[in-house]
Amino acid sequence: MASAACLLPGTTEITIENLMQTPEGRRVMSCLQCGVCVGACPYGEVMDYPPRRIIAMLRAGMVEKVYYSDSLLACVACYTCMYKCPRDIRLTDTILPLAKEQVLIHQPDLPAELQRALQNTLRYGNPMGESSRKRAAWVKTCPVPVRIFSEDPRPADVLWFVECYTSYYPRGQDCCRATARLFHALGVDFAILGNEEKCAGECGRLTWEPGLYETLMDYNMAVFGKYRFNRVVTSCPHAHNAFKCRYINFGFNYELHHVTPYLAAHLDRLKPMLRRKLNLKVTYHDSCCLGRQNEFFDAPRELLNAIPGVKLVEMTHNRGNAICCGGGGGGMWLDTYYKSKGYERLSERRIREALATGADVLAISCPYEVSRFEDALKVVGGDKKMVVRDVTELLAEALEV
Amino acid sequence: MKLIVLIKMVPDVVEELVIGEDGKSLDIDAVRMTLNESDDHALEEAILLKERLGGTVTVVALDSPEVDEALYTAIAKGADRVIKITGIDLPPPTRETALLMAEVLRSQPGLLPADAILTGSQAIDDLDGLLAPLVAHELGLPYLGILTRICPAEDLKSATVLKEFAGGLRGEFEVPLPAVLGVQSAEKPPRYVPVAKVRAAMKSAQIETVPAPARGDRELVCVSAMRIPEEAGAAEMLEGSPEEVSGKLCGVLAERGLL
Repeated sequence: MASAACLLPGTTEITIENLMQTPEGRRVMSCLQCGVCVGACPYGEVMDYPPRRIIAMLRAGMVEKVYYSDSLLACVACYTCMYKCPRDIRLTDTILPLAKEQVLIHQPDLPAELQRALQNTLRYGNPMGESSRKRAAWVKTCPVPVRIFSEDPRPADVLWFVECYTSYYPRGQDCCRATARLFHALGVDFAILGNEEKCAGECGRLTWEPGLYETLMDYNMAVFGKYRFNRVVTSCPHAHNAFKCRYINFGFNYELHHVTPYLAAHLDRLKPMLRRKLNLKVTYHDSCCLGRQNEFFDAPRELLNAIPGVKLVEMTHNRGNAICCGGGGGGMWLDTYYKSKGYERLSERRIREALATGADVLAISCPYEVSRFEDALKVVGGDKKMVVRDVTELLAEALEV
Repeated sequence: MKLIVLIKMVPDVVEELVIGEDGKSLDIDAVRMTLNESDDHALEEAILLKERLGGTVTVVALDSPEVDEALYTAIAKGADRVIKITGIDLPPPTRETALLMAEVLRSQPGLLPADAILTGSQAIDDLDGLLAPLVAHELGLPYLGILTRICPAEDLKSATVLKEFAGGLRGEFEVPLPAVLGVQSAEKPPRYVPVAKVRAAMKSAQIETVPAPARGDRELVCVSAMRIPEEAGAAEMLEGSPEEVSGKLCGVLAERGLL
């Protein structure tokens, strides 16, 4: 089961070769070869080298074979294998990303979409290749003022780390505007980094590209150092993951929250303001990084239950058993590749479960999921029956009287 | 096979373009520069040829913001030597670029003779694709451009190349080597190079610098004014069923005298 600590403290130079000299590496060696990881993995049946076999190959001194297989391109870093492992082996935090790094080095051709996303993230600080100078453009469309540190460097209580899909993607910006309104309603003293912010880089370290990750981390840490704030609240569970698992080893010592649990912690003050009755049947999709990685299962549900007229229903797979949207671990930029291999898209598998609940709304709390599930709804023909809304969007809607 | 690749940085159109105070050039401090896309393909083609036939790849570039990153990336991809021409106004027009590059190729030891000089067949500031033919003219070498494949003969005295034409046509040509070759696209998309490899190249490799040769009156044509396109009104979305939309569309076309 996921614990609070992550990965390997204080290490930058850990590779799969020297992993075995660390306590975590020795834990990997205690693998029972039970295969629960493979059975639980949403893409386990298409992988030549699922987690169990990678460990077996490592033990047999044959792990190099794994690097020349494209098997790990199907790993969406959903933490399911790690969550289910009876030996508490931190697969998603350690051995899988280390093996993936080697795949990146050994694979002659990366899928074009993923390559483009990595290059864009390095150059523009966001995977979609949007101008780094337009990152804060959404602020002009926000109904409440949003302070940008570079324009007004006074200390703030909260540094709101907005992240990429929330900053640029039009539906992600809806989540931003909702979050800003909720912060204002609660009287939160917050500021954002604006155009100085770059992707936290979780897609780097926890997937393929440690060099990209370190470049982004060095950059963001330097920007954090310019301003004074007490805590970091981020809209993106993947940024949360990056800060919690890696930045923390390199001087990140701020109190850290994701927006959803942060709002849930202020629910006693927020609830009286939620006066508008929404009359919706809602089902909630647990994001992998918030759910299995952090066990924030209750916070989003408490928030949804606090909205007047919301009836919360559960999907077959919920909480720790939730099926990944398929966007993690680089999967966000591998949809074309998965389709070409004939794999079922996980977002489509998940949306069928959501539709089966008969809910009007699929509530989410990760910015990757808006586009993934809205696209999936169109693909399976469910876009007339259900809409996708971030938890913050539903809360902000309920603020209106 | 001894290969030389000429690369240049061009304004990055992802970021906003800003016109400088003189009203006829871009404000170089405000725009971001990026490697010309077809130059990236020329580099990839050269690296593929080196991997296949052995030899060396030397990259020559004009100084520009962010050019060092492009040169270190070239090393990380497999280039052997990188040369930067310094001391120039940015970005020079195509003819000046060609003359500068040709002069450096002639004057720097160890560059010529080479088996082939590759460069991108176009750039966003050279849509005519004049750089490669002008360099070829200066060096007295044959030129072929808009290529998608280069297959040198075993004796490296000639190469069979694939040239793209409009309408999906392709022509196969034989060109004597050495030659200047304008690359439209490499056989494979330019490879991904992990950031760690670029960082390692920055630590271990050296960019050679060559001061730009003295400048004469090189431009035959010059820019007299530059303007940002004016924004027009928003698009009108026609909504409704396919029948309704087609009806509305016909209405719009008739209204504008197009039907």
